[in-house]
Amino acid sequence: MVTLSTKPLTERVEAVGGVVDMAAYENAGGYEAARQAITKSEPEAVQGLVKDADLRGRGGAGFPTGVKWGFVPKGDAAGPGHKYLVCNADEMEPGTFKDRYLMEMDPHLLIEGMLIAAFAIGADKAYIFLRGEYHESFKQLYSALADASEKGYVGQNVFGSDFSVDLVIHRSGGRYICGEETALLNALEGKRGQPRTKPPFPPASGAWGRPTIVNNVETLCNVPGILKNGVDWFRDLGIGNDSGTKLYGVSGRVKRPGLWELPIGTTIREIIEEHAGGMQDGYKLRGILPGGASTDFLTIEHLDLPMDYGSIQAAGSRMGTGTMILMDDSICPVAISINLQHFFAQESCGFCTPCREGLPWLEQLLIDIEEGRGQPGDLELLDGNAAFIGAPGNTFCLHATGAMEPLLSALRCFREDFEAHIESGGCPYRERGH
Amino acid sequence: MSEVSQLIEALSVEEVDAIEAEITHLPNRESAAIEAMRIVQEKRGWISDESLRAIARLLGMSTEALDSIATFYNLIFRKPVGRHVLMLCDSVSCYVMGCDKVRTAVCDQLGVEMGETTPDGRFTLLPIVCLGACDRAPVMTIDEELITHLSADSIPDILSGFD
Ligand SMILES: Cc1cc2nc3c(=O)[nH]c(=O)nc-3n(C[C@H](O)[C@H](O)[C@H](O)COP(=O)(O)O)c2cc1C
Ligand code: SF4
Ligand code: FES
Repeated sequence: MVTLSTKPLTERVEAVGGVVDMAAYENAGGYEAARQAITKSEPEAVQGLVKDADLRGRGGAGFPTGVKWGFVPKGDAAGPGHKYLVCNADEMEPGTFKDRYLMEMDPHLLIEGMLIAAFAIGADKAYIFLRGEYHESFKQLYSALADASEKGYVGQNVFGSDFSVDLVIHRSGGRYICGEETALLNALEGKRGQPRTKPPFPPASGAWGRPTIVNNVETLCNVPGILKNGVDWFRDLGIGNDSGTKLYGVSGRVKRPGLWELPIGTTIREIIEEHAGGMQDGYKLRGILPGGASTDFLTIEHLDLPMDYGSIQAAGSRMGTGTMILMDDSICPVAISINLQHFFAQESCGFCTPCREGLPWLEQLLIDIEEGRGQPGDLELLDGNAAFIGAPGNTFCLHATGAMEPLLSALRCFREDFEAHIESGGCPYRERGH
Repeated sequence: MSEVSQLIEALSVEEVDAIEAEITHLPNRESAAIEAMRIVQEKRGWISDESLRAIARLLGMSTEALDSIATFYNLIFRKPVGRHVLMLCDSVSCYVMGCDKVRTAVCDQLGVEMGETTPDGRFTLLPIVCLGACDRAPVMTIDEELITHLSADSIPDILSGFD
């Protein structure tokens, strides 16, 4: 019996002990899935496999990938012109460091995933929208892309077939909002990165008004494995309801911060205690942002929850990017909220009023509370305004909604800390010397 | 001076060639706006008014439209910067791991605040959002180099490596 991989995303990096180059990637069977699909299969069959495998988007929202691909109009329905595949490599969600790892260590995996995806949706142009600060990722992708082009895996007549696709790296000018897929498309078109009205959704009208699929790096990196090892294998990799593995990360005051590929549905406790080695001596865990800065705080009550889409949502948060940030007992919940709101206020694109004006106003109110100028009633003011700004539909895109998730949950989970600031006219953490 | 020679004056032949190469991957010239500014900034450190006008003309768009794009993005500099650009992450994981103390150490060592350039033109200090190295926090970049596991004590040594 052949034993199939349990770590399709990271096994080659572990075997090589460093960056996987073309030779190492091909030795491990790389590019075979793309070759088979492109020379022997049909786009709809490939879409069907990805749909049946139940691959869900790893960029934060968890939308089923095969279903999204199915929204791209086929044949004459698409009208004349290009179709686009865009890889969202704009990783900028505070606390998130997973896409960087994939691009720096195994760049051919992403290129192969993109080839298959482009074939499945009929795209003849593909872009990697890369974070401008990711210099090492750019170097690795650039050289991997040159190697793949030289071998005829990218460009005209891929693997000698009649399928052709251009693959180009676009380096972002840098703004968090450019990770939002419609803002990303404006940025790719060389414009200000402001979100667009939806509908139309990108599969119908995306880059330059043409059908476009935007997928996250980790999502695309999962595609070659599904074609190579099959739908059942992929579905069995997950522990609970979800399929596949997930790159989980932990940052904060743990003994071994890092990133691990584990079955999707591994519990938060196992990730923190076994893989990250537990908290550093002298620090206690108080809060968990499970999937980046724009997810709701969880607390130690939630340690036994599986990190999958449904379980974290049922607990009132989101799995998001799957890279968690831990707040220990030396950190003031009001101060960390200022840090988070400063980020969201600064990164607002400025297009709509509740976000542009509301986020800095909330940040200032938090600063007042932290610095001892809090008034009775301020917490209710925070609750009300955060709920208003955070309600989907009250702002043009989900940036403001994401911003309010950690604030509303901090107000709920760490209420006594906020109250103590107002009652004592200052920050108890600072007084304790933290 | 003819329009073309004015252009060549403000942009080098290599810059124009690199921008034209980007345009070949795109359906129209304006779409290369961000890439074009990145190319020029890589050579000159920042985008001056003169560079901005020349790029706008090359792409067939108004200077004002290009400036509205330039000012949207964190990594496009419309003011001169020092020989080295130091970007210190101030996002949440780095905050939890003590980036405030690192910032104080950097500012004390160089005698300037965030957003400023040292009088000798050696460093420009800028805050930056999460650099995707949160497991190695606190972190910063100096030019294209990522420097991790920072502490206030390590700052003088690190900075002395850049003149
Ligand atoms: C404010 C905001 C920022 C986002 N940033 C990113 C990002 O950096 N990377 C990413 O893959 N998705 C990001 N997303 C999600 C994208 O809009 C989109 O859902 C995702 O790229 C789709 O890919 P997937 O289906 O493969 O997950 C962001 C969304 C919002 C609202
Ligand atoms: S919610 Fe914020 S980021 Fe989104 S469109 Fe409005 S101002 Fe821009
Ligand atoms: S928060 Fe600083 S690198 Fe992520």
